[in-house]
Parts: sequence; C-alpha cells; structure tokens
Amino acid sequence: MAILDHVRRDFPILDQHVNDHPLVYLDSSATSQKPQQVIDAVDNYYKQYNSNVHRGVHTLGSYATDGYEGARKKVKDFINAPSTKEVIFTRGTTTALNTVAYSYARANLSEGDEILLTKMEHHSNLIPWQQAAKATGATLTYLPLQEDGTISLSDVESMISDKTKIVAMAHVSNVLGTINPIKEVTEIAHRYGAVTVVDGAQSVPHMRVDVQDLDVDFYAFSAHKMVGPTGIGVLYGKQSFLNDMEPVEFGGEMIDFVNLYDSTWKELPWKFEGGTPIIAGAIGLGAAIDYLESVGMAQIEKHEHELVQYALEQMNTIDGITIYGPQERAGLVTFNLDDVHPHDLATALDSIGVAVRAGHHCAQPLMKELNVVATARASFYLYNTKQDVDVFVEGLKKAKEFFGDVF
Amino acid sequence: MSFNNLDTLYRQVIMDHYKNPRNRGQIEGDHLSVELNNPTCGDRIDLQLKVDDGVVQDAKFEGEGCSISLSSASMMTQVIIGQNVEDALKMSQMFSDMMLGEEMEGYEFNLDELGDIQALQGVAKFPARIKCATLAWKAMEQGVEKEES
Ligand SMILES: Cc1ncc(COP(=O)(O)O)c(C=O)c1O
Repeated sequence: MAILDHVRRDFPILDQHVNDHPLVYLDSSATSQKPQQVIDAVDNYYKQYNSNVHRGVHTLGSYATDGYEGARKKVKDFINAPSTKEVIFTRGTTTALNTVAYSYARANLSEGDEILLTKMEHHSNLIPWQQAAKATGATLTYLPLQEDGTISLSDVESMISDKTKIVAMAHVSNVLGTINPIKEVTEIAHRYGAVTVVDGAQSVPHMRVDVQDLDVDFYAFSAHKMVGPTGIGVLYGKQSFLNDMEPVEFGGEMIDFVNLYDSTWKELPWKFEGGTPIIAGAIGLGAAIDYLESVGMAQIEKHEHELVQYALEQMNTIDGITIYGPQERAGLVTFNLDDVHPHDLATALDSIGVAVRAGHHCAQPLMKELNVVATARASFYLYNTKQDVDVFVEGLKKAKEFFGDVF
Repeated sequence: MSFNNLDTLYRQVIMDHYKNPRNRGQIEGDHLSVELNNPTCGDRIDLQLKVDDGVVQDAKFEGEGCSISLSSASMMTQVIIGQNVEDALKMSQMFSDMMLGEEMEGYEFNLDELGDIQALQGVAKFPARIKCATLAWKAMEQGVEKEES
C-alpha cells in the first residue's frame, strides 16, 4: 500500500489539523480533494491567459480556447470516446443527466413507454426521470435490489421489454459501493432497442472507464469527485443521438446563424454549451485527468480496493455494526452503529479530525429500501492510507464507548 | 485521541432526554400537527399541539433523529406546555439566539426558565448540528401560525 504514499504530499489541504487532530478525510465520494497541480492549472489560467474562448482574434483568446478544447481532448482520451464531438461540458453529473432527460427523453418517450431504473439511484439519476415520465406519460419501473445490494442480470432480462426506451443506472452506487454490470446491462438494453444512460459520478474517478467498450449511449460524471474543480462535469453521448437532440439552453456560443425569427445551432459539441463556458473548470479538469493518469487508474483502483477490504475487515470486528452493500465493492463503506445515530457518530469522529458523511446520501428511496433513516459513510481515495483507516476504526470504537457511557 | 470536547455537546441531560423522551406520543382528540424534516439528513419530527384560548395546553411529538434533535424536541415540549402562544414564540426566538451564540438580552425570561434546554447551549459551537436542535422549534412556530390563521 506504500505505492501511493507519495501522492499525499500533492494535496496541500490534507496537511492540517482539525479540532486539534491531524485531518483524516474520508468523504471523497461527496467531493475529492485537489492536488497542487490542479490548483496551479486553474491559477495559471487566471494569472496568465484568462480570456473568453471561441471569440475574437487576440492571442490570449486563442490560448484560452486551446486550454478549453485541449481539456475536451483529454476527456475524450480518458474515457476513450470516439470523438470530441461527443464530449459535452456541463456543470456536473446532475446537469448532464438532466440534459438527457430534457432533450432526449421528452422528445422520444410517449405514453406506455417505460424507463427502467434501479432502487440504488442517487436523486440526480432519479428525479430527472420522474419529471420526464410525468411530462410524457411514460412510467418508471425499478429493478429490485438483491440481499447483498447488487442487481441481477436475470431481473434485467425479465423486467425489460419492447416498451423500455431508457435504462438508467449508476455505474457505482454512492451508498452501497456496488459496481453495476453496465456492459452486460447495455447489451440487454440494446437487444430491446432501449438506450442506456449511466451515472458515472462514482466510477470515473476510481476506475478505468471505456465508453466504447461499455457501448453505453450516454454517460455522465463530475470533475469535483476526481480531484478536479467544482462546477464542471461531462456528458458523453453517442453522436447518432446527440445529432438529433435539441439544445436545452439557448444563447451565445451555441449558435450558427441568428435571424429575427429563427436561428440555427453550431455543430456538436458546442450546440449544447450555451453561454460563456466553464473555461477555468475545464482547464482544471484537464489537469485532474493528467494527474490521475500520472498515478495510473489501475494503481488507484488497486489501492482503493486494498483500503476498502482492510476497512471492512477492521470494521467487522466491532460489535453492533451494520455494513450495507456487497463484499466486492468500490472504495466506500456505508454503515450504522447500534444505538448511535449517524449524526452523533459523525460529530464524534469530527472531534478527532475524521471527516465522514452522515445522512441519506441523496438516496432517500434506497434508505427506505434498507429500512434506515440515515447512515454514516466513509469513502476512500488515492490519498488515503491504511493509517487513516486505523484512526477511523479506533474512532468508531471510542464513539461506541462514549455513547455507551453517556446512555 | 480522546473525545474530551464532546462533553460540552453531549451533556448528561441531553442524553437523558434522548433515552427517555418526555411527551413522546400522540395527543388524543382535537389538536393540530406539523410534520417537518431536515432534508439533508433525514431527521423527522411530527409535533402535535393542543392550543386553547391562546395557551399551549398540550404538546407531544413523534419522529426519528439524532440525540440533539430528539432531546431538543423533548425539552421543548416540556417548557412550552402551559405557556401562552406569544411567550412560546419568544422562547423560540431566544432559543434561536442561543444557537447562534448571540447574547440573549431583551427577553423577559432568563435562561433558568428554559429549564433543561440550557444544556443545549453547547450546540452553538457545532454549527453543523444547529439545524438538528432547531427542528422542533421550527415545527412549533409553524403549528402556532397555523392555529392563528
Ligand atoms: C452516484 C451519484 N450520482 C450523481 C451525483 C451528483 O453529482 P453532482 O452533484 O456533481 O452533480 C453524485 C454526487 O453526489 C453521486 O454520488
């Protein structure tokens, strides 16, 4: 596990004390920390070549355009998209999924059609479909969750039909850590003529994602969860669909010809990027991708796997702990400790510098399914160490004692 | 590693109210009720009030949440029963000041009259938890407004 120890030094924020204890940041699934390299890239843009893109002929303008479009190329290579035309910059995963729900779903669904979802979706990959269903008369159907927090392909086979037009699901669950079999699901969906829309918010930061290999039709993710800045994310979509889709936002940057009563749109991907784009954000995302590639996605995945398996092992030694989700999982553990409410637990851990998430994790239907109102979650990333896990597990034991005593 | 400074938050009284909530349950007969939740964390309170002649005759609550939100609800019901609506609202304002760590001046009651609620003063130092403590009070304010309209 020593392989990644050096990366910690790249993250200045980790070198601090919180409540008089060294910070142990275990909330990367909510948002990741940023390495100096990303901070510098954004900083340099503002200090050296801040300008609008695709406008004017001056020198700084072309540097900015190169930076912005260069980042698109990096994203294309990172997820192995066939073309930069298929890489649309959005505000994040939420905006990307909403774009598909607005532009694709509303135009292609009608009464009687079905959207197939799972019960582990983040609200971002749930509410846009509820709204699209209400607008078109389509209905939502849900794949059941198995005992261990996974979905089964035989359920996909039995629930999908010719009526299914969209299959939407997370690649990795932000609560259970479940890694869904996207390639297999997509193969089934395509057999029935349905498109797949995948929420990659928790996968792209942590594993190698190849959209061509998966053959997905739409794929969404956020930069801030992959050591990049907030406020930018990506919608990947196959050209064959994007070409026919109407933009969701209209204005500058996305137009070709504008007349008094009618206008035409730029070609892909720009027709979906109305207004001055997220230039600094894209440049930061490009730097984040360079950073992750320099460490190596395979290394990162291996490191997190070791950490999470170690954490599971250690946590399982605590009496009265309930862990949700499968054994084989991405780098996060959602859990509850008997008789200690997750908020109280999170406050206790925070008092010794350990940052974890408590609450419903933007997945209220899943919380109902698990029969809990709230849970705590520890999530790991490339900069976490085995020692972080030790401090966290020690904290859990102390918290159990503390609340056991005061009760 | 120790939880020393946690003692300022989790006082004995708070834990007692959490473990043995007062006025937990349902009011029989005529009453009004308000259900509020804290959407970011899943805390939920269902507060029932019986208000007659401008006086809170009874208050009970149900719900789920952390020690801070449930103990605050328990303590609040204790102190508002028997108060007239106007005073109950003033107490709510006072509680809100207390949570913001502001001076609680200009109120005709003093802290002692808020009873066990004083124990929640420590929450002011844990900004992330203030919403937990004020949930029941917000429900009370909404209930009373309902009654008045
Ligand atoms: C699985 C999943 N989907 C979607 C999102 C939403 O991402 P964003 O808030 O960056 O749009 C998140 C982030 O919390 C997530 O974990």
